Amino acid sequence: MAMTGVLRPGHAVVRVLDLEESVDFYGRVMGLKETGRDKNGRVYFKCWDERDHNSFVIRKADRAGLDAFGFKVRDKATLEKLDSDLKAYGVATERMPAGEMLETGERVRFQVPTGHIIELYADKKDVGNGMPYVNPEAWTPDAEKGIAPIRMDHCLIYGGDIDGNRKIFEEVLGFSLVERVKLEDGVTDLATWLTCSTKAHDIAMVRHAEDGKLHHVSFLLDSWERVLRAADLMSMNRVSIDIGPTRHGVTRGTTIYFFDPSGNRMETFCGGYQWYPDMQPVTWTWDEVGAGVFYHDRKLNERFLSVVT
Amino acid sequence: MAAFTVTIEDTGETYRCPDYKTLLEGMEALAKKGIPVGCRGGGCGVCKVEIVAGTYSKRVMSRDHVSEEEEAAHKVLACRVKPTSDVTLRVLGKMKKNVCRDVNAAIAE
Ligand code: FES
Ligand SMILES: [Fe+2]
Repeated sequence: MAMTGVLRPGHAVVRVLDLEESVDFYGRVMGLKETGRDKNGRVYFKCWDERDHNSFVIRKADRAGLDAFGFKVRDKATLEKLDSDLKAYGVATERMPAGEMLETGERVRFQVPTGHIIELYADKKDVGNGMPYVNPEAWTPDAEKGIAPIRMDHCLIYGGDIDGNRKIFEEVLGFSLVERVKLEDGVTDLATWLTCSTKAHDIAMVRHAEDGKLHHVSFLLDSWERVLRAADLMSMNRVSIDIGPTRHGVTRGTTIYFFDPSGNRMETFCGGYQWYPDMQPVTWTWDEVGAGVFYHDRKLNERFLSVVT
Repeated sequence: MAAFTVTIEDTGETYRCPDYKTLLEGMEALAKKGIPVGCRGGGCGVCKVEIVAGTYSKRVMSRDHVSEEEEAAHKVLACRVKPTSDVTLRVLGKMKKNVCRDVNAAIAE
């Protein structure tokens, strides 16, 4: 498949209660690289192997949660086309000027039916991964500092009209359904996992009574060993772990759910399978949702469905 | 290290909580129950309690869940509060309803 349209998750902007505590957490414990601060007080981070200037941004606020989740699109023409497609579909869009986020081009911003703010952009400065484009090494010392994920990978959002969300992501933005969990009626989706790439998911959503909620932002690690190492680092640093290390049935990733110092859930995970557009979606029934979410325990923990920011 | 006795008024449950742990961490560490456990970071609101007796230190907590007035009236998040004396509390928070518990309500939303 030639990749066009929406390429990948590009940035998550997350609210934190105590900025310096969070900078220490994301920098030293998570091992993200701080790449800048702007006049609005936002602090920018990237994972060591990401090349674009930022993928994770925090902002001090009086409540936790997700400000926006951004996707990078192939080029400027794609951005223009998706903006007009969104408008034609009846989605109001807004332009955020280039430079409003550090080293980031113009963004098209819109609200999806679950109340979340989604952004599209085509340009973000390539600051590199610390290795040259000619004759690079295999990794850099940053790959060993802290948990040190490879990239910001996906998010899971909670809100009411996840069907309306799915229509926009599928029909306008070109995403595909990879997995879903059905409620007892066998018709209604409790949760859906969507991809814009060959990943098992780039965004997921769970039906929930309150709109605009964040369940987690997820970071990719490259082995199960690294997932265990991440859990050790979390315990050493007294990080609040939700569950794990364990495995998801859905997407088959190995995972830890944990919370940042403001109570925003994050995930570090490894694995899962590759998806291609000729594959049919996987369905989980309501009575096996426990195994879908936590494959070893085969039951939900109470926090999974009710603790969000 | 000092430790204090925490009493959950609703159930009569008591536990010893060291001064360096939050009321929520102290409860969990001894496998005690009564206060709902969520993010442990002052963000989700499920661990909300009212301190009815005793003194404590506190850290910033989400205004989505605790207003300034409530905070002044000792309605706080147990994961953001450390005891500085014996403490008696009442549980205010609860795990939110989720769609698995009430499928029809969720669909009707
Ligand atoms: S457990 Fe989330 S606010 Fe205390
Ligand atoms: Fe995830």
